[in-house]
Amino acid sequence: MTTKRAVDITVKVNGKEHFAAVEPRLLLVHFIREHLALTGTHIGCDTTNCGACTVLLDGRAVKSCTLFTVQADGRELRTIEGVGNSSALHPLQEGFKEKHGLQCGFCTPGMIMSACALLEKKPHPTEEDIRWGISGNLCRCTGYQNIVKAVQYAAEKMSASASQA
Amino acid sequence: MLAKTLPEIGGMGHPIKRKEDLRFIQGKGNYIDDVQLPGMIYGHMVRSPYAHARITAIRTEEAKKLPGVLAVITGEDLAKANLAWMPTLFHDKQMVLATGKVLFQSQEVAFVVAEDRYTAADAADLVEIDYEELPVLIDPHKSQDSDAPILREDREEKSNLIFHWEVGDRAATDQAMKSAPVTAKVNAFFPRCHPAPLETCGCVIDFNSATGKLTAWITSQAPHAHRTVFALVAGLPEQNIRVISPDIGGGFGNKVPVYPGYVCAAVAALTVGRPVKWIETRSENLQSTGFARDYHMEAELAADKEGRLKALRVKTLADHGAFNAAAQPTKFPAGLFSICTGSYDFSSAFCEVDGVYTNKAPGGIAYRCSFRVTEAAYLIERAMDVLAQELKLDPVELRRKNFIPPEKFPYSSPLGWSYDSGNYQGALDLALERIGYNDLRKEQAEKRERGELMGIGISSFTEIVGAGPSHTFDILGLKMFDSAELRVHPTGKAIMRMGTKSQGQGHETTYAQIVAQELGIPAADVAIEEGDTDTAPYGLGTYASRSTPTSGAAAALAARKVREKARKIAAHLLEVSEEDLEWEPGKFSVKGAPGKSKTIQEIAFAAYTNFPQGMEPGLEAVHYYDPPNLTFPFGTYIAVVDIDKGTGEVKVRRFVAVDDCGNIINPMIVEGQVHGGLTEGLAIAFMQEISYDESGNIQGGTFMDYLVPTAVETPHWETGHTCTPSPHHPFGAKGVGESPNVGSPAAFVNAVVDALSHLGVKHIDMPLSPWKIWQILKDKGVTQ
Repeated sequence: MTTKRAVDITVKVNGKEHFAAVEPRLLLVHFIREHLALTGTHIGCDTTNCGACTVLLDGRAVKSCTLFTVQADGRELRTIEGVGNSSALHPLQEGFKEKHGLQCGFCTPGMIMSACALLEKKPHPTEEDIRWGISGNLCRCTGYQNIVKAVQYAAEKMSASASQA
Repeated sequence: MLAKTLPEIGGMGHPIKRKEDLRFIQGKGNYIDDVQLPGMIYGHMVRSPYAHARITAIRTEEAKKLPGVLAVITGEDLAKANLAWMPTLFHDKQMVLATGKVLFQSQEVAFVVAEDRYTAADAADLVEIDYEELPVLIDPHKSQDSDAPILREDREEKSNLIFHWEVGDRAATDQAMKSAPVTAKVNAFFPRCHPAPLETCGCVIDFNSATGKLTAWITSQAPHAHRTVFALVAGLPEQNIRVISPDIGGGFGNKVPVYPGYVCAAVAALTVGRPVKWIETRSENLQSTGFARDYHMEAELAADKEGRLKALRVKTLADHGAFNAAAQPTKFPAGLFSICTGSYDFSSAFCEVDGVYTNKAPGGIAYRCSFRVTEAAYLIERAMDVLAQELKLDPVELRRKNFIPPEKFPYSSPLGWSYDSGNYQGALDLALERIGYNDLRKEQAEKRERGELMGIGISSFTEIVGAGPSHTFDILGLKMFDSAELRVHPTGKAIMRMGTKSQGQGHETTYAQIVAQELGIPAADVAIEEGDTDTAPYGLGTYASRSTPTSGAAAALAARKVREKARKIAAHLLEVSEEDLEWEPGKFSVKGAPGKSKTIQEIAFAAYTNFPQGMEPGLEAVHYYDPPNLTFPFGTYIAVVDIDKGTGEVKVRRFVAVDDCGNIINPMIVEGQVHGGLTEGLAIAFMQEISYDESGNIQGGTFMDYLVPTAVETPHWETGHTCTPSPHHPFGAKGVGESPNVGSPAAFVNAVVDALSHLGVKHIDMPLSPWKIWQILKDKGVTQ
């Protein structure tokens, strides 16, 4: 049965502090999509298999359909909307476009978030590292081959700019 | 070959980057669940836990008492508005919400509407339904037994047989079978599987009581057809219905039918007076919406001793579930299954299909498939290997001997199709060369000596896509043409609207490339719009690889109409006669005076500012394209597998896919489509099946047990092309999207059977799970 007692939370999303009163059972993905109107985070299943809802929680890739919003209290979230924009695309976003790493686009934000977490940990991943790194994200369109290339593109570009810096 | 435009124009053949990507990579797509309207409320479906049961009572009071609940709709409520049933896309009807009894597990029984989705789900749990269980029919082979329960009490015919359909010359085929020195037979089951696009189905429906307009955002692969169905079912005037198909997160045929949730959401919007959103869960998607395949097939081949084919006889039992909700052209109850003679030259053939009801979810939709062509291609390619084994012939040799030769095109098949063009030997040769076939056979022989299991599987499939033509093809009476409407703006930029609807195929890019090819307007300057029935010209939608063969053709012909008008304007501007002008992409020049020319952009401006007196102003054209024939893409796929004797696990070591889809619009997109379709084929061959236990409980109804391959299980795909243009298509294209799903299952299964053929294995039904293979190895004494 419903208990509508709201809980106050504070969460930093894409660098901006948000205060909200939420039902304890509200899933993080619904908070992101419906309370914050950040609809780039998608829902593709109800069993934590597909990874379309992947976001970064304190830098770690998590499936936001399997966390309650209250679990994000006091923590920092990053969604696809905080990754880059048309005038300054993230190398991963660029890689997905350049290497045809997407078709319907539904898995793409989750894929990019998982790849972000991977490259953070492993800036020079092997193909196997990439395949395992995105293995929590399902894609029905691409067969993953071009997604692997997209991540490789980003890894090269990011390490080139890191070595210049 | 087509003349190639400059890269900055980006006509056909250029691998230009996709225009639609910029919004998707930033999370700015607009999928169905992203549609948000003021005052919007949510619907949640109550579903049956039983496969076959009488409903004796539905109590909704407790649900209605829950704060935030606005309505609970049942089948009885719908019946008052004559909406308890709706037509399917194939001569049958389907319950929207069950009245009387339920016919499959997860069937829709009641629809709860509440202020938010959590409350709607809570209230759904409070709807109490009393069921009285009835005997369940799961095995289609038992559907005609005298003691089988009759499932459809609503039908006049008291039988579980939906249809019997046959084609070909039975007598000649039987005779050829009898007199043939060699015959081979295979019983092959193509399991029930599901397209499972990553985005499930859903809708948002808004009714404006002031204007009487119903606006329906639906995950629809065929928005115009859906509008017409809504008009016919709900009795609303069609001009007052607007279907908008937003960005779609994959379709693969799953989003062609009209589902009960759409109708319930529309009824809820009308009764509550607020916009209603209904989004399926993944489990609901897998358990209740359009499944695919479920064909129990038997093929017999007759040949002479050298392996020259004589005849093909096919008998199939098709499990359609509780309602015949196949999305099939009207005249074809088994779709285009009669393409089952494949790439081979038979003198006679006969094919019959019985469709039956069972207590399973309805469907039989074309999953990345032109209406049962996948089943047909799998069957003939599997049967060819069985015959090769019988004759102790290399499967390559058997295929070579029997291909329809290039000079025989257009080829009339014994089952009634006219194949447009083909060069099957060419595709096979290229695939053999790429994979290094002879070396692989040597390696296999050596490995067999050492007791290792390795197999090579070949599939030389032929497709049939691009429905129409309209004289043969319609769905619910709607002829299967398609359309394009092109408007060139004064500044030389353009917008084109289409009757199709992309679900990831990249239409915003490829259609623009067709205009670029035909008019020389850069693809970047051509906006493509689809999916809004208030603005797009009427069309039958995107499925069955029909977009390029139909709307793509319409795009080219609309552009040619624009070019003809542009010629008149250019003649006026250059003060010469039309005959004195010659066209090159992007401009008309005066013959012999190349400096004297007008670009398409200058002409477009003149169409609004300086057109000849008496000419209709503007520069636009619309074309409705009714194809003269289908197109017949083809290819050869070769899989190389290694089998782990200890675990039964199959590893796909290499896979070469050579496709021939005629002239290519964008090679990057074609390659991407092939990768994706092969991955779906891999899943079907090795992992996926929706099966039912004897009580009708679904097994394979979530992503926990209906497996989708990840990047780890998916091998590296190698692609290649030959090019045999379609002679009747305006730019020689054939379509490619479904080829990899159609052609690959046989390559995988043939490879696994090949690896085990020396043990006497002739056939294994999909999915080829490690458990299934390990049991065979154990039976054969190869493993402990």
